[in-house]
Amino acid sequence: MTALIRRFGLGLSALIIALPVFWIVMMIVLPELVMIDFAFRPNLLPAEIGGPKDVYTLGNFQTLVENTIHRAIFLKTIWASAFVTLVTLVVCYPIAYHLAQGTKPERTGFLILLLIIPFWINEILRTFAWFIILAYNGPLNALLSGLGLIDRPIRFLNGNFGVIIGMVYAYILFMVFPLYNSMESLDRNQIEAARDLGASAWRIHRRIVIPHAKPGIATGCIFTFMLAAGSYAVPALLGSPQSRWFTEIIYNWFFEGGNWNQGAAYAIVLLALCLGFILLMLRVFRVNLGDIAK
Amino acid sequence: MRRDPVTTWLMRIYLVLFFGYLFLPLMVMGAATFNTSRFPTVTPWLGTTFQWFVELYRDGAMWTALWTSLVIAAGVIAVSVPIGLAAALLLTSLHARARSFVYGVMVSPLLTPGVIIGISTLVFWQRFGVAGGVFLSVVAQSTYIIAYVMLMVMARLQRFDRSLEEAALDLGASHLQAFRRVMLPYLRPSLLAAAVIAFLQSFENYNTTLFVRGVDTTLTIYIASKVRTGVTPAVNALGLILIVLTVLAAVLYEWRRRSERRRESIAARRREVSEAAEDGVGRALAAPAE
Repeated sequence: MTALIRRFGLGLSALIIALPVFWIVMMIVLPELVMIDFAFRPNLLPAEIGGPKDVYTLGNFQTLVENTIHRAIFLKTIWASAFVTLVTLVVCYPIAYHLAQGTKPERTGFLILLLIIPFWINEILRTFAWFIILAYNGPLNALLSGLGLIDRPIRFLNGNFGVIIGMVYAYILFMVFPLYNSMESLDRNQIEAARDLGASAWRIHRRIVIPHAKPGIATGCIFTFMLAAGSYAVPALLGSPQSRWFTEIIYNWFFEGGNWNQGAAYAIVLLALCLGFILLMLRVFRVNLGDIAK
Repeated sequence: MRRDPVTTWLMRIYLVLFFGYLFLPLMVMGAATFNTSRFPTVTPWLGTTFQWFVELYRDGAMWTALWTSLVIAAGVIAVSVPIGLAAALLLTSLHARARSFVYGVMVSPLLTPGVIIGISTLVFWQRFGVAGGVFLSVVAQSTYIIAYVMLMVMARLQRFDRSLEEAALDLGASHLQAFRRVMLPYLRPSLLAAAVIAFLQSFENYNTTLFVRGVDTTLTIYIASKVRTGVTPAVNALGLILIVLTVLAAVLYEWRRRSERRRESIAARRREVSEAAEDGVGRALAAPAE
């Protein structure tokens, strides 16, 4: 504190402290606490608030356990997000490795620029592009029937398939960059040495590249899973009422059911799911939070 | 690096497939803009037209949504750049243990799903009687965009030479002068970059804004609702324009960032050489210059 004042003077120091405190307290911590408070209270009429019925309860969470449809959608959201995460990891690993270790620096710069460009483009537009491709009369169906692979167009936008495809596409870059960043710092000589000593490609990856890239793998998986589980745009555009996502249920509680307490409880379940996934990744890859979000 | 030709070829094929996968969907979307078909598609091609740009131009709701998006983005920049800057400065002045805790809290919005940020902002401000709208959109989006700004400023701050600031203070500059004349100019590139990122993040945000927008519609929400309720290639025209602008911005941004970095590394090299020379190590002068 004294160091801060000596460095910036009293007035500036006050600002440097006050602004982040406002951010942390008024924008991060208190809103989360109010949301938790909401989740543990019943949905009451304005007149009843503060009355005898206004007590803490687990009722809102019980709804999720008892409502079979909501429960099924929640479980689907978990496995589908995990699946999306796994697919993006498998698809991105070779690219990240190639960029980090396999190309000349000049070419890497160009390829990274090519990767960054779609990253800057609006998620809604990237999803919309798949809406066109997967449409009933769209180019994918035209291509498949042109090749004689199908007799009749497939309804891609009618189930989980379209949603998963769209998510892999939308979040792939959140996987590539953490992987690339972590692999880039690996000394190429280590790989050369292993190869000279007769290690197979598989062994090189298992014993050298993957252990080195652990923080990047964990970061990429955490971001991808969080984005997939919390996605609203992709299931709204590429899904159908039969393939609803957990976020859509939350939205409905707020703006169609008018039951904010119930919605807040579901939101907390989603938050807990993401936190649980973060802890799982940190445990599996034995990295700490400081290595993430760099 | 030695590699057998099979692996090399497999990798090439994979690269082509991967980048095709990244870009083909966007190209299809762009191409569909010029098809006469009322539903955006490229198959069948019913004829080439520019009518969808005209239709887009005549769409009043689009212009309103664009304006709302721009106002929100301006608000987000105004809120998140100063707070993010202050947060970065505060973090670098904290002791190690406090720093890692505060850092954890500050980056937590980046690890929180966007819908949660929207919901918590909505229920919190409802206690003060503030309903969804432009104001809450700015607040909710800034919650996590500040974290981006903070990270970007911190990355540059770590390379800051504290002796410059101390020299200014020793030579009689006030704290405010030292901050304005030494620190801010040094941080300027990262603040500009952070403002660009803040703008883009705000402009494209969907999940968070959805919960706090009230009755206002941003451009992203406008596009999504069009897709859900009856889409025409006018949306593709809008998408195409946004993509072209984004690509231009991305290329410009990267180009600036790289030339900045190159300039810095040249300056650093020069400094090393001159320092070495002062130390009387003549060898350094013989080192290859840029």
